[in-house]
Amino acid sequence: MVTTFVFLLTAVVMLVAALIAVLKDNLVHAAMGLVVTLFGTAVLFVLMEAYFLAVAQVVIYVGAIAILIVFSIMLTRRVGAAWGAQTNPTWPFALLVAGLLTVLVTRMVRAWAPDQVLPAAAAVPADITARLGAALVDPNGYVVPFEVASVLLLAALIGAVYVAWGGRKAEKETHK
Amino acid sequence: MIPLSWYLVVAALLFGIGVYGVLARKNAVAILIGLELMFNAVLVNVLAFWRYLQPGETAGLVFAVVIFAVAAAEVAVGLALFIAVYRKFGSSDVDDINLLKW
Repeated sequence: MVTTFVFLLTAVVMLVAALIAVLKDNLVHAAMGLVVTLFGTAVLFVLMEAYFLAVAQVVIYVGAIAILIVFSIMLTRRVGAAWGAQTNPTWPFALLVAGLLTVLVTRMVRAWAPDQVLPAAAAVPADITARLGAALVDPNGYVVPFEVASVLLLAALIGAVYVAWGGRKAEKETHK
Repeated sequence: MIPLSWYLVVAALLFGIGVYGVLARKNAVAILIGLELMFNAVLVNVLAFWRYLQPGETAGLVFAVVIFAVAAAEVAVGLALFIAVYRKFGSSDVDDINLLKW
């Protein structure tokens, strides 16, 4: 009963915040909407008993990605400039595509009716986080995807620094 | 327990909102915000299927962890690109990036 209430409340708050994130002309407000949506996702993870990923969601998405987005919004606009309209003139087509996609996926879920077809879910083992940690470094488990992810992060780090720095010449031009 | 289909419907709505953001927004960073919403919808789906189909296995959680890493890499590279573009064009609207147009 309580979980149902928490789920519905979270879902409503999350979707309203997501709408703010895509509709607001002021991009700083849009980024705040994104932050609320990310927190809502973390609440859903807690409801699904994925506690480690709920914490990771807050630390990685809210703590790092959202802050990066706010920084780059502030770095890429002239001080004091008005926001102006932030939507393309073709937005009705975007609405059509997005609406159609949502309606079709929702209808698909209803047609499949997973709640009737699937057996009741088993309980999550209490030591699932410990098992996840062991599986990530287990040669018979998921050590290869884990290492590939770390190489990808290293490559992204070096690439981001190289692209954003732009060399000595760009640096001089910026400080002119 | 909350039915699986509720999670799927919420994720579908979130994904749809993200698609709208990606297609309708002018500013490159706002497009990235839409992309993040879509990533989150996918994460909710992955974890919902893990919880309701294989809660005893770690495969679903590992999948989510890898999605986290890829999302972080994507945002870092994307924002670095936008800052480089802003330096060159003085704007981060995707309409203004027209080097390949003639």
